[in-house]
Amino acid sequence: MNRRMIFFTVAKVLKLETVLLLLPLIVAALYQEWNGVIAFAITCGASILSAFLLTVSAKPRTKVIYAKEGFAIATLCWIAVSVIGCLPFIISREIPNVFNAFFETVSGFTTTGATILTDVEKMSRGMLFWRSFTHWIGGMGVLVLLMAIVPSDSGRMIHIMRAEMAGPVVDKLVPRVKETARILYVLYFALTACEFVLLLIGGMPVYDSAVHALGTAGTGGFGIRGDSLGSYSPYLQWVISVFMILFGINFNLFYFVVIGKISSAIKNTELWIFFSMIAVSSIVIAVNILPLYGNDFGESIRHSVFQVSSLMSTTGYSTADFNLWPPLAKGILFILLFVGGCAGSTAGGLKISRVLILVKMILRDIRTMFHPHSVNTVMIDNKAVDNGTLHRVSTYFAIYILLIGGTFLLISFEPFGFETNLTAAITCVNNVGPGFGAVGPMGGYNDYSDFSTLILTIAMLFGRLEIYPILLTLDIKSWTKPLSTAKA
Amino acid sequence: MNVIVAGCGKVGLTVAAGLVEEGHSVTLIDDDMQILSESTNIYDAMGVCGNCTDCTVLQDAGVENAQLVIAATASDEMNMLCCYLAKKLGASHTIARIRNPEYNTKSLDFLKQELDLSMSINPEMLAAREMFNVLKVPSAVKVETFSEGNLEIIEVIINKDSPAEGKSLFELRNKLKATFLVCTVQRGEQLIIPDGHFVLKEGDKIGLTAPISQVQKLLKALGISKKKAKNIMILGGSRIAFYLTNMLIAAGNSVKLIERNRQKCTTLSQQLPKAVVINGDGAQQELLLEEGLESLDAFVTLTGMDEENILIAMFAAAHDVPTVIPKINRDELVKMAAKLNLDRCITPGKIVRDIVVQYARAIENSMGSNVETMYKLMDNQAEVLEFNVRKEFAYIDVPIKELKLKSHILIAGIIRKGKPIIPTGEDFIAKDDKVIIVVSGKRLNDLSDIMAN
Repeated sequence: MNRRMIFFTVAKVLKLETVLLLLPLIVAALYQEWNGVIAFAITCGASILSAFLLTVSAKPRTKVIYAKEGFAIATLCWIAVSVIGCLPFIISREIPNVFNAFFETVSGFTTTGATILTDVEKMSRGMLFWRSFTHWIGGMGVLVLLMAIVPSDSGRMIHIMRAEMAGPVVDKLVPRVKETARILYVLYFALTACEFVLLLIGGMPVYDSAVHALGTAGTGGFGIRGDSLGSYSPYLQWVISVFMILFGINFNLFYFVVIGKISSAIKNTELWIFFSMIAVSSIVIAVNILPLYGNDFGESIRHSVFQVSSLMSTTGYSTADFNLWPPLAKGILFILLFVGGCAGSTAGGLKISRVLILVKMILRDIRTMFHPHSVNTVMIDNKAVDNGTLHRVSTYFAIYILLIGGTFLLISFEPFGFETNLTAAITCVNNVGPGFGAVGPMGGYNDYSDFSTLILTIAMLFGRLEIYPILLTLDIKSWTKPLSTAKA
Repeated sequence: MNVIVAGCGKVGLTVAAGLVEEGHSVTLIDDDMQILSESTNIYDAMGVCGNCTDCTVLQDAGVENAQLVIAATASDEMNMLCCYLAKKLGASHTIARIRNPEYNTKSLDFLKQELDLSMSINPEMLAAREMFNVLKVPSAVKVETFSEGNLEIIEVIINKDSPAEGKSLFELRNKLKATFLVCTVQRGEQLIIPDGHFVLKEGDKIGLTAPISQVQKLLKALGISKKKAKNIMILGGSRIAFYLTNMLIAAGNSVKLIERNRQKCTTLSQQLPKAVVINGDGAQQELLLEEGLESLDAFVTLTGMDEENILIAMFAAAHDVPTVIPKINRDELVKMAAKLNLDRCITPGKIVRDIVVQYARAIENSMGSNVETMYKLMDNQAEVLEFNVRKEFAYIDVPIKELKLKSHILIAGIIRKGKPIIPTGEDFIAKDDKVIIVVSGKRLNDLSDIMAN
């Protein structure tokens, strides 16, 4: 393990975070929240100091990294940015409990959007902005941002990108990792800016528009009002619905559209499954909840589309309390919690491409049972999926279910009933945010004990980095034993 | 620059590695997913899986925006077809590896013209030429020619009895009364670009430039001249051996060729009537000694196995053969071989890489910088660049001693009207000269980049 290179990269990420922290500092200063300004300034200092100490103590001898270093870099960077990121909340005493502050920050970076706050509207503007800004940073990934703007050290940065980006297969758009990272961020930034402008046009105040655009882009879901987006106008709700769907789409497809290869974007199977799932679920739910909204189809379809796209893209905004909806609607939403968006988007969850591969594998195995000698290949987008990928997807699914089960068991001593605890585990692992019962859209995680808060925090990190990086980093042996590949 | 490399074999990957290092955007094509994903893990390149003669695969790889396509699959025909299609689909330049001797004779020019190839590469031929150069001046470790053969850099090792040992370069130049310039010194792992006060030590590997007419005299004065190779033995009847034997015989040497396979021996004896072809196992000491190993001037090992080449070369060196050259395919082994005192290794893949990288630079030049040609020296630690002096250059006709150069840069030669000048402090750079610069650890795009400030 090239430990020096790992810590060196962590230091770089911390330097980047220091720069990013200046933005909420400016926001706090604009609203003359001096308490917040001081908190952010102290955090900047702490961040740059720890970065400096890491750089001094670990000057890499060699810049060669392998897959395992990539995983370790991703895990440690995420922990480091979250630890630094929660300092403003603690220093400003707005979230005095350390566990709660850490939960809130990780929830931000992992784009979960689960909150321990009971009254959001009491928070200062600078802190709320930072909370939503963490969504934006975490959505595309802080390491990808680092790669996009800082000169790269090694030709093997792809290992880091793989560890941070979600989806069964991570591919580059263009030959150079740096160029790929830059394209992704340019697209990401452009889409966010579009949403910001459209929200402004709809009459949303500048601050609210910025916070919601950032939250939607990362598919995060931190709101700034007690009822999330329920009190905004139907136009604004529709805009956010559409952008939640857009940010659940694979960014490679946007790139294809930009470079004029529209046909290859349209032919993408995952995209159509994503769209059809949203359409079918929304219509069924709209019909199902029609009586609740006085048989006004316009209103019921607006609420159902919003909730469906919010949960499907793992954002977690809401316009209505779906806890009160009939069982069929709740059942569909529950299933959607698992699926998540497309691979290569900022959404969390299992990802549609994985679900698609799993379903096709089931069909293939059934066919093989009927015709034991038949040879079948799993094809997606008219390309054969190789056995390695199939194997990884099925193992991932097993591990993912175990992770949800484990999290659920560890927090099940809490006195909130089965529905609350189970959906809390599921939404945290899938980075959605709201669940059912006490953790529903109008509820929060405030009543959980410090222990459960920590467990759920860890579950969110596992979910965002797709389990393996953290598991492999926890493998103590690879840290202590000098490996033959670690060339001095 | 966008470059596509088809075929992730030995040559393909070495070339791709060189291009990525140069900062080009490289896309690899191969039909083996496994090899492709391993390669893209190591190098910052994109992979496209498929047949490189399939138009859709080429389009996936972005052929319409590629400035250079290099086809280096195992098959010559595939390479030619790939380049032909790439050109038709919009690539600006194409390079095909064509190694079959039948294509490399008279039909090559016709093929290149009809297929619109920018360059064809025959690695075996290039390797053979390199070895021939070393054998021509046997006391040198390696000879590089620049500027259409006008200037040579000769890599020599300073041994214990050499008059150069313990002398500074100033003293040496006064003592020998010869025009020459030491461009590079490799001491251990370190590469130095020396100034006049630099003191040479035993074991240094130095790169010299001198006018070709004075090379022999200079080497004699340095006490490192050996007689020109006359009696040469080659082990292994590969394609390189065929090309090399042909060149050596044409230059009037006597060549003995040892090959294990009887069939191959027969073919070779028909193709090379003037060479002595021997059927036998080169790993047998008896056979080598019987065929006069100890009276040889040079011994070249060209079997398919690196390890065998190294071991037999060491055996020959132990029997006091003055010049021993093993062919080593794997780059890692070259460094190990150097530790075993085998300094004159030939690595075909490296030679191809240097040529392709140089060509890629040439293409880029037409789009900006003005490097004419580029060579790599001493395990790629130093580069030799050739620039044309244009009238925009600000230091025309200024004596070199008055120029303030950056560190690790040396003006190794000036070619004026086709005649080489080995520059002293009094010489100057004139318009329309070609200037040859030796540099380590920097990238130069323009002649004015050599100036400090």
